[in-house]
Amino acid sequence: MIYSLNFICICARCGVVSQIRNYKIRLLIAVLTLPLVCAVGVASANAADINQSEQSVEFARVIPPEQLRSGFTFISDDLRYLQTNDDLNPAFLWVIQGETLWKQASSKDSPSCQSCHGESNQSMRGVSTKYPLIDKKSGELVNLEARVNLCRTRYQHMNPLNLESEEMLGITSYVASASRGLPLNVRVDDQNKAHFLRGRSLYYTRMGQINLACTHCHEQNWSKKLQGETISQGHINDYPVYRLEWQRLGSLHRRIRACLSGVRAYMFPLGSKELLDLELFLGWRSSDSKIVVESPGVRR
Amino acid sequence: MVARIIVPAELKRDTPFEVRILIQHPMETGFRLDMMGTLIPKNVIHKLTVTFNSDTVFQASLGTGISANPSLQFWMKLSQPGLLKLFWEDDLGVIGEAVKSLEIKGPQN
Repeated sequence: MIYSLNFICICARCGVVSQIRNYKIRLLIAVLTLPLVCAVGVASANAADINQSEQSVEFARVIPPEQLRSGFTFISDDLRYLQTNDDLNPAFLWVIQGETLWKQASSKDSPSCQSCHGESNQSMRGVSTKYPLIDKKSGELVNLEARVNLCRTRYQHMNPLNLESEEMLGITSYVASASRGLPLNVRVDDQNKAHFLRGRSLYYTRMGQINLACTHCHEQNWSKKLQGETISQGHINDYPVYRLEWQRLGSLHRRIRACLSGVRAYMFPLGSKELLDLELFLGWRSSDSKIVVESPGVRR
Repeated sequence: MVARIIVPAELKRDTPFEVRILIQHPMETGFRLDMMGTLIPKNVIHKLTVTFNSDTVFQASLGTGISANPSLQFWMKLSQPGLLKLFWEDDLGVIGEAVKSLEIKGPQN
């Protein structure tokens, strides 16, 4: 049984690691031959074992959980000092803005965020660690930005905010900063599994003229140098981040679009389904490890 | 536009301390183009004054070489408590201000 399980893991990992173009085929072979190998190899293999090994194909990790490191550990000492010092961290200009918006009610019809949710430091603690998740009313996958806009249109009777607007970044950074120090906790279940698998396949698909997948930099070559920069593992625990290059705060979707532009691929629009699926996969990837929420982060 | 004045938590009489100022501002240089290729007009904070109880304690004229969201720091010392006020004005005529009340902990002379 151990032999057959190992074989499948290696098979799936080869597909993931070395030959991305054949990933789907290899995964298919791995899944198809799974019952055969189990039946031939070990007669006593029961249904529960098969279930687990099937899961290990879909949920295979290229980097072992104990080696996962926050992007914070890859940046320079100066930037680390800037991020950990709340007085100096320029992202706190947006957090302060978000705090004002959180407490302010625009009219009698539209309650403020605080009138429903209370103090953000208590009620919003741990909330951002679960996103993206399925919205129960619409059944769609939403991230923190989309949730803010749903709240605005459903309960506050206001227009949705533009993604990447100062107000949106203010509220999301304020809410995310309430979860600082908590581990990411994105779960995959029957409802969001389809999104997860789509996100996963995007992560391992070569894209653009440069023809690279996310995995080539962030899983196979992390800690090496790309020009002057150390390649990180691409975790999402610090978002939204203040990037010195942007000279302002920016969301995770903007950062992924910057990566897509770097490999000269089609840049999925902000808040698009593809980016949401990818965000779900990235959230799962950073969960169950030592990585904790550190937003708002500072990056070069 | 948010502006922050950051001082140490405890201030002592006649002991120098560092004041940090952080202002949310794009500081457009006037050299950049937007997505359509048109020039973005210059917009920087050209005048910045910090007063303490109506005495000017710090003044700066910034230019295009200063980054967005400028951070400035200077040293001062207090002989009495009071209000530290920050005023700034940019090229579009937008005026910003921030106020911080400074209190002294320690023996009265």
